[in-house]
Amino acid sequence: MSALAHVAGDPGLEPAAAAPEVKRRSWTAYLLMLPGVLWLAIFFLLPLVQLASVSLQSRYPGFPGYYYRDLNFSNYASALTDYAPHFARSFLYAGLATFLAFAVAYPLAYAMAFKAGRWRNLMMICVIAPFFTSFILRTFAWSQILADEGWVAGVLNFLHLLPNGHIINTPIAVVAGLTYNFLPFMVLPIYASLERADPRVIEAGGDLYANGFTTFRTVTLPISMPGVLAGTLLTFIPAAGDFVNMELLGPQRGKMIGNVINDQFLAVPGGYPVAAALSFTLMAAILVLVFLYIRRFGTEELV
Amino acid sequence: MTTTTRTTPPATTSETPAYRPSAGKRAQVWLANHFAMITAVLVLLYLFLPVAYTFVFSFNDHGKTNIVWQGFTWEHWQDPCGVQGVCESLVTSLEVGVISTVVATVLGTLMALAMVRYKFRGRSASNVLIFVPMATPEIVMGAALLTIFVQGFANIGINLGFGTIVFSHIMFCLSFVVVTVSARIQSLDPRIEEAAQDLYASPMQTFWKVTFPLILPGIAGAAMLAFSLSFDDFIITNFVSGNESTFPKFVYVASRRGIPAEANVIGFSMFVIAVLLVVGAQVVSSLRASKYKS
Repeated sequence: MSALAHVAGDPGLEPAAAAPEVKRRSWTAYLLMLPGVLWLAIFFLLPLVQLASVSLQSRYPGFPGYYYRDLNFSNYASALTDYAPHFARSFLYAGLATFLAFAVAYPLAYAMAFKAGRWRNLMMICVIAPFFTSFILRTFAWSQILADEGWVAGVLNFLHLLPNGHIINTPIAVVAGLTYNFLPFMVLPIYASLERADPRVIEAGGDLYANGFTTFRTVTLPISMPGVLAGTLLTFIPAAGDFVNMELLGPQRGKMIGNVINDQFLAVPGGYPVAAALSFTLMAAILVLVFLYIRRFGTEELV
Repeated sequence: MTTTTRTTPPATTSETPAYRPSAGKRAQVWLANHFAMITAVLVLLYLFLPVAYTFVFSFNDHGKTNIVWQGFTWEHWQDPCGVQGVCESLVTSLEVGVISTVVATVLGTLMALAMVRYKFRGRSASNVLIFVPMATPEIVMGAALLTIFVQGFANIGINLGFGTIVFSHIMFCLSFVVVTVSARIQSLDPRIEEAAQDLYASPMQTFWKVTFPLILPGIAGAAMLAFSLSFDDFIITNFVSGNESTFPKFVYVASRRGIPAEANVIGFSMFVIAVLLVVGAQVVSSLRASKYKS
Protein backbone atom coordinates (compact mmCIF):
# COMPACT_ATOMS: atom_id res chain seq x y z
CA MET A 1 0.00 0.00 0.00
CA SER A 2 2.77 2.39 0.87
CA ALA A 3 4.39 1.69 -2.49
CA LEU A 4 1.18 2.67 -4.25
CA ALA A 5 0.92 5.78 -2.16
CA HIS A 6 4.46 6.59 -3.08
CA VAL A 7 3.72 6.32 -6.79
CA ALA A 8 0.56 8.38 -6.41
CA GLY A 9 2.51 11.15 -4.75
CA ASP A 10 5.63 10.88 -6.88
CA PRO A 11 7.84 13.60 -5.47
CA GLY A 12 9.86 13.94 -8.66
CA LEU A 13 6.96 15.27 -10.69
CA GLU A 14 5.14 17.60 -8.37
CA PRO A 15 6.27 20.33 -6.03
CA ALA A 16 5.70 19.38 -2.39
CA ALA A 17 2.79 21.69 -1.76
CA ALA A 18 0.89 20.48 -4.81
CA ALA A 19 1.45 16.78 -4.16
CA PRO A 20 -1.86 14.94 -4.41
CA GLU A 21 -3.44 13.93 -1.15
CA VAL A 22 -2.67 10.41 -0.08
CA LYS A 23 -5.86 8.39 0.13
CA ARG A 24 -5.64 5.70 2.73
CA ARG A 25 -8.19 3.35 4.26
CA SER A 26 -10.83 5.81 5.26
CA TRP A 27 -12.04 4.05 8.41
CA THR A 28 -8.92 5.44 10.07
CA ALA A 29 -10.17 8.91 9.16
CA TYR A 30 -13.58 8.20 10.66
CA LEU A 31 -11.97 6.94 13.86
CA LEU A 32 -9.88 10.10 14.08
CA MET A 33 -12.89 12.33 13.42
CA LEU A 34 -15.38 10.50 15.64
CA PRO A 35 -14.67 11.90 19.13
CA GLY A 36 -14.41 15.52 17.97
CA VAL A 37 -17.46 15.35 15.73
CA LEU A 38 -19.46 13.72 18.52
CA TRP A 39 -18.40 16.48 20.88
CA LEU A 40 -19.45 19.20 18.43
CA ALA A 41 -22.73 17.37 17.74
CA ILE A 42 -23.61 17.10 21.44
CA PHE A 43 -22.35 20.48 22.62
CA PHE A 44 -22.88 22.64 19.55
CA LEU A 45 -25.57 21.25 17.23
CA LEU A 46 -27.85 19.73 19.85
CA PRO A 47 -27.91 22.94 21.97
CA LEU A 48 -28.77 24.97 18.85
CA VAL A 49 -31.67 22.61 18.10
CA GLN A 50 -32.83 22.99 21.68
CA LEU A 51 -32.49 26.78 21.43
CA ALA A 52 -34.62 26.71 18.27
CA SER A 53 -37.26 24.68 20.04
CA VAL A 54 -37.22 27.02 23.05
CA SER A 55 -37.64 30.01 20.75
CA LEU A 56 -41.01 28.56 19.74
CA GLN A 57 -42.17 27.61 23.23
CA SER A 58 -44.95 29.37 25.09
CA ARG A 59 -44.98 30.01 28.78
CA TYR A 60 -47.67 28.88 31.18
CA PRO A 61 -49.47 32.00 32.26
CA GLY A 62 -48.77 32.66 35.91
CA PHE A 63 -45.86 30.21 36.16
CA PRO A 64 -42.67 32.02 35.24
CA GLY A 65 -39.96 29.55 34.28
CA TYR A 66 -42.35 26.90 32.95
CA TYR A 67 -42.85 26.43 29.21
CA TYR A 68 -44.64 24.05 26.92
CA ARG A 69 -43.73 22.88 23.45
CA ASP A 70 -45.44 24.99 20.84
CA LEU A 71 -44.97 26.71 17.49
CA ASN A 72 -45.26 30.17 18.90
CA PHE A 73 -43.78 32.50 16.29
CA SER A 74 -44.93 35.53 18.25
CA ASN A 75 -41.62 35.28 20.16
CA TYR A 76 -39.91 36.26 16.91
CA ALA A 77 -42.43 39.00 16.23
CA SER A 78 -41.76 40.50 19.64
CA ALA A 79 -38.01 40.01 19.19
CA LEU A 80 -38.11 42.01 15.97
CA THR A 81 -40.55 44.75 16.98
CA ASP A 82 -39.62 45.36 20.63
CA TYR A 83 -35.89 45.08 20.18
CA ALA A 84 -35.25 46.48 16.69
CA PRO A 85 -33.36 49.50 18.12
CA HIS A 86 -31.09 47.17 20.10
CA PHE A 87 -30.25 45.21 16.96
CA ALA A 88 -29.62 48.45 15.08
CA ARG A 89 -27.30 49.75 17.81
CA SER A 90 -25.41 46.47 17.99
CA PHE A 91 -24.72 46.41 14.28
CA LEU A 92 -23.89 50.12 14.18
CA TYR A 93 -21.44 49.98 17.12
CA ALA A 94 -19.92 46.71 15.92
CA GLY A 95 -19.58 48.13 12.38
CA LEU A 96 -17.89 51.32 13.65
CA ALA A 97 -15.58 49.30 15.91
CA THR A 98 -14.66 46.99 13.02
CA PHE A 99 -13.82 49.95 10.79
CA LEU A 100 -11.73 51.64 13.50
CA ALA A 101 -9.97 48.36 14.32
CA PHE A 102 -9.13 47.97 10.64
CA ALA A 103 -7.72 51.49 10.49
CA VAL A 104 -5.57 50.90 13.58
CA ALA A 105 -4.59 47.30 12.83
CA TYR A 106 -3.50 47.72 9.23
CA PRO A 107 -0.41 49.88 9.85
CA LEU A 108 0.67 47.56 12.64
CA ALA A 109 0.23 44.42 10.51
CA TYR A 110 1.98 46.15 7.61
CA ALA A 111 4.92 47.19 9.77
CA MET A 112 5.20 43.68 11.23
CA ALA A 113 5.18 42.07 7.78
CA PHE A 114 7.51 44.42 5.90
CA LYS A 115 9.39 46.74 8.24
CA ALA A 116 9.98 44.92 11.49
CA GLY A 117 12.89 42.69 10.44
CA ARG A 118 14.29 40.98 13.49
CA TRP A 119 11.75 42.69 15.78
CA ARG A 120 8.97 40.76 14.11
CA ASN A 121 8.67 37.98 16.69
CA LEU A 122 8.81 40.44 19.55
CA MET A 123 6.03 42.52 18.00
CA MET A 124 4.00 39.37 17.51
CA ILE A 125 4.33 38.59 21.23
CA CYS A 126 3.34 42.17 22.04
CA VAL A 127 0.14 41.82 20.00
CA ILE A 128 -0.89 38.64 21.79
CA ALA A 129 0.43 39.44 25.28
CA PRO A 130 -2.37 41.81 26.46
CA PHE A 131 -4.75 38.88 25.94
CA PHE A 132 -3.27 37.24 28.99
CA THR A 133 -4.66 39.86 31.32
CA SER A 134 -8.33 39.07 31.70
CA PHE A 135 -10.31 41.11 29.14
CA ILE A 136 -12.71 42.16 31.86
CA LEU A 137 -9.83 43.64 33.86
CA ARG A 138 -8.65 45.50 30.76
CA THR A 139 -12.15 46.74 29.96
CA PHE A 140 -12.48 47.90 33.55
CA ALA A 141 -9.13 49.68 33.15
CA TRP A 142 -10.64 51.53 30.17
CA SER A 143 -13.45 52.71 32.42
CA GLN A 144 -10.74 54.26 34.63
CA ILE A 145 -8.84 55.72 31.66
CA LEU A 146 -11.96 57.25 30.12
CA ALA A 147 -13.44 58.43 33.43
CA ASP A 148 -14.44 62.08 33.79
CA GLU A 149 -11.45 62.74 36.09
CA GLY A 150 -9.07 60.93 33.69
CA TRP A 151 -6.54 62.54 31.37
CA VAL A 152 -8.30 61.49 28.14
CA ALA A 153 -11.54 63.25 29.01
CA GLY A 154 -9.45 66.15 30.34
CA VAL A 155 -7.53 66.66 27.09
CA LEU A 156 -10.60 66.24 24.88
CA ASN A 157 -12.61 68.64 27.02
CA PHE A 158 -9.78 71.16 26.93
CA LEU A 159 -10.00 71.01 23.12
CA HIS A 160 -13.82 71.22 23.31
CA LEU A 161 -14.15 67.99 21.36
CA LEU A 162 -16.74 66.31 23.56
CA PRO A 163 -20.36 67.34 22.94
CA ASN A 164 -21.52 66.74 26.51
CA GLY A 165 -18.26 66.63 28.42
CA HIS A 166 -18.17 62.88 29.09
CA ILE A 167 -16.74 59.82 27.39
CA ILE A 168 -17.52 57.20 29.98
CA ASN A 169 -21.12 55.99 29.93
CA THR A 170 -21.58 57.11 26.33
CA PRO A 171 -21.69 55.12 23.07
CA ILE A 172 -18.23 56.56 22.25
CA ALA A 173 -16.74 54.61 25.16
CA VAL A 174 -18.55 51.45 24.05
CA VAL A 175 -17.19 51.71 20.50
CA ALA A 176 -13.72 52.45 21.89
CA GLY A 177 -13.91 49.39 24.13
CA LEU A 178 -15.11 47.12 21.33
CA THR A 179 -12.35 48.42 19.04
CA TYR A 180 -9.73 47.71 21.66
CA ASN A 181 -10.94 44.29 22.75
CA PHE A 182 -11.08 42.71 19.31
CA LEU A 183 -8.07 44.46 17.75
CA PRO A 184 -5.72 41.42 17.82
CA PHE A 185 -8.33 39.45 15.84
CA MET A 186 -7.93 42.09 13.13
CA VAL A 187 -4.13 42.34 13.29
CA LEU A 188 -3.27 38.64 13.10
CA PRO A 189 -5.12 37.63 9.86
CA ILE A 190 -4.00 40.80 8.03
CA TYR A 191 -0.44 40.14 9.13
CA ALA A 192 -0.71 36.50 8.02
CA SER A 193 -1.82 37.45 4.51
CA LEU A 194 0.73 40.28 4.15
CA GLU A 195 3.51 38.05 5.44
CA ARG A 196 2.85 35.59 2.63
CA ALA A 197 3.03 38.36 0.03
CA ASP A 198 6.25 38.97 -1.90
CA PRO A 199 7.55 42.44 -0.96
CA ARG A 200 9.02 42.75 -4.47
CA VAL A 201 5.51 42.88 -5.91
CA ILE A 202 4.83 45.94 -3.80
CA GLU A 203 8.20 47.47 -4.65
CA ALA A 204 7.32 46.96 -8.30
CA GLY A 205 4.36 49.29 -7.81
CA GLY A 206 6.80 52.04 -6.78
CA ASP A 207 9.14 51.18 -9.64
CA LEU A 208 6.24 51.68 -12.05
CA TYR A 209 5.89 55.26 -10.76
CA ALA A 210 2.80 54.67 -8.68
CA ASN A 211 2.76 56.93 -5.64
CA GLY A 212 2.46 55.44 -2.18
CA PHE A 213 -1.29 55.67 -1.99
CA THR A 214 -1.85 54.21 -5.47
CA THR A 215 0.52 51.33 -4.73
CA PHE A 216 -1.35 50.67 -1.52
CA ARG A 217 -4.78 50.81 -3.18
CA THR A 218 -3.96 48.77 -6.26
CA VAL A 219 -1.31 46.33 -4.99
CA THR A 220 -0.97 46.00 -1.21
CA LEU A 221 -4.62 46.11 -0.20
CA PRO A 222 -5.81 43.53 -2.78
CA ILE A 223 -3.00 41.18 -1.72
CA SER A 224 -4.10 41.41 1.91
CA MET A 225 -7.82 41.15 1.13
CA PRO A 226 -8.27 37.58 2.46
CA GLY A 227 -6.75 38.72 5.76
CA VAL A 228 -8.86 41.88 5.86
CA LEU A 229 -11.96 39.81 5.21
CA ALA A 230 -11.16 37.27 7.93
CA GLY A 231 -10.15 40.06 10.33
CA THR A 232 -13.33 42.09 9.82
CA LEU A 233 -15.47 38.99 10.40
CA LEU A 234 -13.49 37.94 13.49
CA THR A 235 -13.96 41.47 14.86
CA PHE A 236 -17.53 42.17 13.79
CA ILE A 237 -19.14 38.89 14.93
CA PRO A 238 -18.01 38.95 18.57
CA ALA A 239 -18.48 42.73 18.77
CA ALA A 240 -22.11 42.48 17.59
CA GLY A 241 -22.91 39.94 20.30
CA ASP A 242 -20.90 41.52 23.10
CA PHE A 243 -22.49 42.92 26.24
CA VAL A 244 -19.51 43.37 28.55
CA ASN A 245 -18.27 46.62 26.98
CA MET A 246 -21.77 48.10 27.13
CA GLU A 247 -22.14 46.96 30.73
CA LEU A 248 -18.80 48.37 31.94
CA LEU A 249 -18.39 51.42 29.69
CA GLY A 250 -21.81 52.26 28.28
CA PRO A 251 -24.84 54.31 29.25
CA GLN A 252 -27.64 53.04 31.46
CA ARG A 253 -30.17 53.30 28.63
CA GLY A 254 -29.76 52.34 24.99
CA LYS A 255 -28.23 48.89 25.46
CA MET A 256 -27.10 46.44 22.79
CA ILE A 257 -28.79 43.18 21.84
CA GLY A 258 -26.26 41.13 23.82
CA ASN A 259 -27.35 42.85 27.02
CA VAL A 260 -31.00 42.10 26.27
CA ILE A 261 -30.32 38.40 25.58
CA ASN A 262 -28.17 38.09 28.69
CA ASP A 263 -30.72 39.78 30.93
CA GLN A 264 -33.68 37.89 29.46
CA PHE A 265 -31.95 34.57 30.11
CA LEU A 266 -30.39 35.22 33.47
CA ALA A 267 -32.39 37.97 35.13
CA VAL A 268 -35.95 37.97 33.72
CA PRO A 269 -38.11 35.10 34.97
CA GLY A 270 -39.81 33.39 32.05
CA GLY A 271 -37.59 35.18 29.58
CA TYR A 272 -36.25 32.09 27.81
CA PRO A 273 -38.51 31.92 24.70
CA VAL A 274 -38.08 35.55 23.67
CA ALA A 275 -34.37 35.44 24.52
CA ALA A 276 -33.97 32.31 22.39
CA ALA A 277 -35.81 34.00 19.52
CA LEU A 278 -33.51 37.03 19.92
CA SER A 279 -30.44 34.76 19.83
CA PHE A 280 -31.59 33.07 16.66
CA THR A 281 -32.44 36.37 15.03
CA LEU A 282 -28.98 37.67 15.92
CA MET A 283 -27.33 34.57 14.50
CA ALA A 284 -29.42 34.71 11.32
CA ALA A 285 -28.76 38.43 10.85
CA ILE A 286 -25.02 37.89 11.27
CA LEU A 287 -25.01 34.94 8.87
CA VAL A 288 -26.88 37.00 6.23
CA LEU A 289 -24.50 39.94 6.67
CA VAL A 290 -21.48 37.64 6.50
CA PHE A 291 -22.86 35.94 3.39
CA LEU A 292 -23.51 39.26 1.61
CA TYR A 293 -20.13 40.54 2.68
CA ILE A 294 -18.30 37.48 1.37
CA ARG A 295 -20.28 37.67 -1.89
CA ARG A 296 -19.22 41.29 -2.30
CA PHE A 297 -15.55 41.10 -1.29
CA GLY A 298 -14.99 37.40 -0.99
CA THR A 299 -12.26 35.09 -1.95
CA GLU A 300 -12.21 31.37 -1.36
CA GLU A 301 -9.31 31.71 1.04
CA LEU A 302 -11.47 32.42 4.06
CA VAL A 303 -10.36 29.68 6.41
CA MET B 1 15.75 33.29 10.46
CA THR B 2 13.98 33.64 7.13
CA THR B 3 12.59 36.82 8.56
CA THR B 4 15.72 38.85 7.98
CA THR B 5 16.14 37.82 4.34
CA ARG B 6 12.92 39.54 3.40
CA THR B 7 14.21 43.01 4.02
CA THR B 8 17.37 42.58 1.98
CA PRO B 9 16.94 43.29 -1.73
CA PRO B 10 16.87 40.24 -3.99
CA ALA B 11 20.13 39.41 -5.72
CA THR B 12 18.55 39.56 -9.17
CA THR B 13 18.27 43.36 -9.11
CA SER B 14 21.99 43.62 -9.85
CA GLU B 15 21.27 42.40 -13.39
CA THR B 16 19.22 45.47 -14.21
CA PRO B 17 20.90 48.88 -14.28
CA ALA B 18 20.84 50.34 -10.79
CA TYR B 19 18.04 52.82 -10.27
CA ARG B 20 18.97 55.58 -7.82
CA PRO B 21 15.96 57.43 -6.54
CA SER B 22 16.36 61.16 -6.02
CA ALA B 23 17.10 62.52 -2.57
CA GLY B 24 13.55 63.79 -2.22
CA LYS B 25 12.15 60.44 -3.20
CA ARG B 26 14.48 58.71 -0.74
CA ALA B 27 13.41 61.02 2.06
CA GLN B 28 9.82 60.27 1.19
CA VAL B 29 10.50 56.52 1.28
CA TRP B 30 12.38 56.88 4.58
CA LEU B 31 9.43 58.74 6.07
CA ALA B 32 7.01 56.17 4.68
CA ASN B 33 9.03 53.31 6.18
CA HIS B 34 9.25 54.91 9.56
CA PHE B 35 5.67 56.11 9.45
CA ALA B 36 4.55 52.48 9.48
CA MET B 37 6.90 51.58 12.34
CA ILE B 38 6.03 54.67 14.40
CA THR B 39 2.33 53.98 13.97
CA ALA B 40 2.93 50.32 14.89
CA VAL B 41 4.71 51.25 18.11
CA LEU B 42 1.90 53.67 19.03
CA VAL B 43 -0.68 50.93 18.41
CA LEU B 44 1.30 48.53 20.62
CA LEU B 45 1.42 51.16 23.38
CA TYR B 46 -2.35 51.51 23.01
CA LEU B 47 -2.71 47.73 23.39
CA PHE B 48 -0.64 47.80 26.58
CA LEU B 49 -2.21 50.89 28.17
CA PRO B 50 -4.96 49.02 30.09
CA VAL B 51 -2.43 46.38 31.17
CA ALA B 52 -0.32 49.18 32.62
CA TYR B 53 -3.38 50.53 34.45
CA THR B 54 -4.09 47.07 35.84
CA PHE B 55 -0.50 46.92 37.10
CA VAL B 56 -0.47 50.39 38.63
CA PHE B 57 -3.81 49.95 40.38
CA SER B 58 -2.62 46.68 41.93
CA PHE B 59 -0.63 48.95 44.27
CA ASN B 60 -3.55 51.23 45.04
CA ASP B 61 -4.26 51.64 48.74
CA HIS B 62 -7.96 51.75 47.99
CA GLY B 63 -10.91 51.79 50.32
CA LYS B 64 -14.17 50.38 49.11
CA THR B 65 -13.65 50.85 45.37
CA ASN B 66 -10.43 50.63 43.38
CA ILE B 67 -11.25 53.32 40.80
CA VAL B 68 -9.34 56.44 41.81
CA TRP B 69 -5.69 56.46 42.90
CA GLN B 70 -5.42 56.87 46.65
CA GLY B 71 -1.89 55.91 47.61
CA PHE B 72 0.78 53.26 47.34
CA THR B 73 0.81 49.95 49.19
CA TRP B 74 2.44 46.51 48.89
CA GLU B 75 -0.43 44.97 50.82
CA HIS B 76 -2.24 43.36 47.88
CA TRP B 77 0.92 41.77 46.50
CA GLN B 78 1.78 40.34 49.92
CA ASP B 79 -1.55 38.57 50.22
CA PRO B 80 -3.25 38.18 46.81
CA CYS B 81 -5.73 35.71 48.31
CA GLY B 82 -6.75 38.21 50.97
CA VAL B 83 -10.12 38.87 49.41
CA GLN B 84 -12.70 36.14 49.71
CA GLY B 85 -13.34 34.17 46.52
CA VAL B 86 -10.56 35.52 44.35
CA CYS B 87 -8.12 32.61 44.69
CA GLU B 88 -10.89 30.00 44.69
CA SER B 89 -12.10 31.37 41.36
CA LEU B 90 -8.54 31.44 40.04
CA VAL B 91 -8.05 27.76 40.94
CA THR B 92 -11.34 26.90 39.23
CA SER B 93 -10.24 28.78 36.10
CA LEU B 94 -6.87 27.00 36.06
CA GLU B 95 -8.51 23.58 36.49
CA VAL B 96 -11.09 24.29 33.79
CA GLY B 97 -8.35 25.63 31.53
CA VAL B 98 -6.06 22.64 31.92
CA ILE B 99 -8.77 19.98 31.45
CA SER B 100 -10.36 21.79 28.50
CA THR B 101 -6.97 22.38 26.87
CA VAL B 102 -5.88 18.74 27.16
CA VAL B 103 -9.15 17.31 25.83
CA ALA B 104 -9.62 19.91 23.08
CA THR B 105 -6.01 19.58 21.95
CA VAL B 106 -6.17 15.78 21.70
CA LEU B 107 -9.55 15.68 19.93
CA GLY B 108 -8.65 18.62 17.69
CA THR B 109 -5.29 17.18 16.66
CA LEU B 110 -6.93 13.87 15.70
CA MET B 111 -9.48 15.79 13.63
CA ALA B 112 -6.80 17.92 11.99
CA LEU B 113 -4.86 14.78 10.98
CA ALA B 114 -7.99 13.30 9.42
CA MET B 115 -8.97 16.56 7.68
CA VAL B 116 -5.57 17.16 6.08
CA ARG B 117 -4.35 13.64 5.42
CA TYR B 118 -7.47 11.75 4.39
CA LYS B 119 -10.25 12.08 1.88
CA PHE B 120 -13.46 10.70 3.22
CA ARG B 121 -17.19 11.02 2.83
CA GLY B 122 -18.53 13.91 4.89
CA ARG B 123 -15.25 15.79 4.87
CA SER B 124 -16.77 19.06 3.65
CA ALA B 125 -19.69 18.73 6.08
CA SER B 126 -17.14 18.26 8.88
CA ASN B 127 -15.35 21.35 7.63
CA VAL B 128 -18.57 23.38 8.03
CA LEU B 129 -19.17 21.85 11.48
CA ILE B 130 -15.68 22.98 12.52
CA PHE B 131 -15.99 26.46 11.03
CA VAL B 132 -19.48 27.46 12.18
CA PRO B 133 -18.73 27.52 15.96
CA MET B 134 -16.02 30.10 15.27
CA ALA B 135 -18.50 32.27 13.34
CA THR B 136 -21.23 32.02 15.99
CA PRO B 137 -21.44 34.84 18.54
CA GLU B 138 -20.52 33.61 22.00
CA ILE B 139 -23.79 34.84 23.42
CA VAL B 140 -25.73 32.55 21.07
CA MET B 141 -23.56 29.56 22.00
CA GLY B 142 -23.92 30.37 25.69
CA ALA B 143 -27.69 30.71 25.39
CA ALA B 144 -27.98 27.44 23.44
CA LEU B 145 -25.83 25.59 25.98
CA LEU B 146 -27.85 27.01 28.86
CA THR B 147 -31.13 25.77 27.37
CA ILE B 148 -29.82 22.25 26.71
CA PHE B 149 -28.19 22.00 30.14
CA VAL B 150 -31.22 23.28 32.01
CA GLN B 151 -33.94 21.58 29.95
CA GLY B 152 -32.10 18.41 28.90
CA PHE B 153 -29.00 17.52 30.88
CA ALA B 154 -30.55 18.42 34.22
CA ASN B 155 -32.95 15.49 33.73
CA ILE B 156 -30.03 13.06 33.70
CA GLY B 157 -28.45 14.57 36.78
CA ILE B 158 -25.98 17.00 35.20
CA ASN B 159 -26.52 20.39 36.76
CA LEU B 160 -24.87 23.71 35.97
CA GLY B 161 -21.40 23.87 37.50
CA PHE B 162 -17.83 22.79 36.96
CA GLY B 163 -18.71 19.98 34.54
CA THR B 164 -20.87 22.08 32.24
CA ILE B 165 -18.19 24.78 32.12
CA VAL B 166 -15.60 22.20 31.03
CA PHE B 167 -17.95 20.64 28.41
CA SER B 168 -18.60 24.07 26.89
CA HIS B 169 -14.98 25.20 26.94
CA ILE B 170 -13.82 22.02 25.17
CA MET B 171 -16.45 22.71 22.50
CA PHE B 172 -15.41 26.25 21.65
CA CYS B 173 -11.67 25.51 21.90
CA LEU B 174 -11.93 22.52 19.56
CA SER B 175 -12.38 24.45 16.29
CA PHE B 176 -9.44 26.74 17.02
CA VAL B 177 -7.22 23.72 17.72
CA VAL B 178 -8.25 22.04 14.45
CA VAL B 179 -7.52 25.18 12.42
CA THR B 180 -4.15 25.82 14.09
CA VAL B 181 -2.90 22.22 13.86
CA SER B 182 -4.21 21.78 10.28
CA ALA B 183 -2.18 24.79 9.18
CA ARG B 184 0.95 23.17 10.61
CA ILE B 185 0.26 19.77 9.00
CA GLN B 186 -0.41 21.43 5.64
CA SER B 187 2.93 23.18 5.78
CA LEU B 188 4.79 19.86 6.15
CA ASP B 189 6.57 18.42 3.15
CA PRO B 190 4.84 15.03 2.56
CA ARG B 191 8.08 13.72 1.06
CA ILE B 192 9.64 13.55 4.55
CA GLU B 193 7.06 11.00 5.62
CA GLU B 194 7.36 9.18 2.31
CA ALA B 195 11.10 8.93 2.90
CA ALA B 196 10.46 7.33 6.31
CA GLN B 197 8.16 4.80 4.69
CA ASP B 198 10.71 4.09 1.97
CA LEU B 199 13.14 3.30 4.77
CA TYR B 200 10.72 0.59 5.95
CA ALA B 201 9.24 2.47 8.90
CA SER B 202 5.78 1.21 9.79
CA PRO B 203 2.92 3.75 9.67
CA MET B 204 3.02 3.94 13.48
CA GLN B 205 6.78 4.49 13.55
CA THR B 206 6.45 7.09 10.81
CA PHE B 207 3.84 8.94 12.82
CA TRP B 208 5.60 8.92 16.19
CA LYS B 209 9.19 9.37 14.95
CA VAL B 210 8.60 11.77 12.04
CA THR B 211 5.16 13.35 11.79
CA PHE B 212 4.46 13.98 15.46
CA PRO B 213 7.74 15.78 16.28
CA LEU B 214 7.25 17.95 13.20
CA ILE B 215 3.71 19.02 14.08
CA LEU B 216 4.47 19.38 17.81
CA PRO B 217 5.08 23.15 17.60
CA GLY B 218 1.65 23.52 15.98
CA ILE B 219 0.08 21.40 18.73
CA ALA B 220 1.83 23.44 21.41
CA GLY B 221 0.61 26.68 19.81
CA ALA B 222 -2.92 25.30 19.62
CA ALA B 223 -2.80 24.24 23.27
CA MET B 224 -1.67 27.71 24.31
CA LEU B 225 -4.45 29.29 22.28
CA ALA B 226 -7.00 26.89 23.78
CA PHE B 227 -5.82 27.63 27.32
CA SER B 228 -5.95 31.39 26.84
CA LEU B 229 -9.42 31.18 25.24
CA SER B 230 -10.67 29.05 28.11
CA PHE B 231 -8.98 31.03 30.87
CA ASP B 232 -10.32 34.35 29.59
CA ASP B 233 -13.81 33.26 28.61
CA PHE B 234 -16.59 35.09 30.34
CA ILE B 235 -19.70 35.23 28.15
CA ILE B 236 -20.26 31.48 27.71
CA THR B 237 -19.07 30.70 31.24
CA ASN B 238 -21.54 33.21 32.64
CA PHE B 239 -24.39 31.24 31.06
CA VAL B 240 -23.33 27.72 32.01
CA SER B 241 -21.57 28.12 35.37
CA GLY B 242 -24.49 28.17 37.80
CA ASN B 243 -23.04 28.97 41.23
CA GLU B 244 -19.47 28.10 40.24
CA SER B 245 -17.19 31.13 39.82
CA THR B 246 -14.27 31.44 37.44
CA PHE B 247 -11.72 34.25 37.59
CA PRO B 248 -13.31 36.37 34.82
CA LYS B 249 -16.73 35.84 36.40
CA PHE B 250 -15.37 36.89 39.80
CA VAL B 251 -13.92 40.06 38.26
CA TYR B 252 -17.14 40.85 36.40
CA VAL B 253 -19.33 40.38 39.44
CA ALA B 254 -16.89 42.42 41.54
CA SER B 255 -16.79 45.22 38.93
CA ARG B 256 -20.23 46.40 40.04
CA ARG B 257 -18.87 47.50 43.40
CA GLY B 258 -15.21 47.95 42.44
CA ILE B 259 -12.68 45.25 41.60
CA PRO B 260 -10.37 44.51 44.57
CA ALA B 261 -6.70 45.19 43.81
CA GLU B 262 -5.94 41.51 44.57
CA ALA B 263 -7.64 40.69 41.24
CA ASN B 264 -5.26 43.15 39.54
CA VAL B 265 -2.32 41.36 41.19
CA ILE B 266 -3.51 37.99 39.85
CA GLY B 267 -4.42 39.33 36.40
CA PHE B 268 -1.05 41.02 35.99
CA SER B 269 0.84 37.98 37.33
CA MET B 270 -0.88 35.75 34.76
CA PHE B 271 0.22 38.22 32.09
CA VAL B 272 3.85 38.09 33.27
CA ILE B 273 3.87 34.27 33.51
CA ALA B 274 2.36 33.91 30.04
CA VAL B 275 4.80 36.37 28.49
CA LEU B 276 7.75 34.60 30.14
CA LEU B 277 6.49 31.26 28.80
CA VAL B 278 6.06 32.62 25.27
CA VAL B 279 9.45 34.32 25.27
CA GLY B 280 11.04 31.18 26.72
CA ALA B 281 9.51 29.05 23.99
CA GLN B 282 10.78 31.49 21.34
CA VAL B 283 14.29 31.41 22.77
CA VAL B 284 14.32 27.61 22.96
CA SER B 285 13.11 27.23 19.38
CA SER B 286 15.61 29.74 18.01
CA LEU B 287 18.45 28.07 19.97
CA ARG B 288 17.39 24.75 18.50
CA ALA B 289 17.26 26.25 15.01
CA SER B 290 20.79 27.64 15.34
CA LYS B 291 22.02 24.28 16.68
CA TYR B 292 20.73 22.52 13.56
CA LYS B 293 22.29 25.13 11.32
CA SER B 294 25.80 24.70 12.72
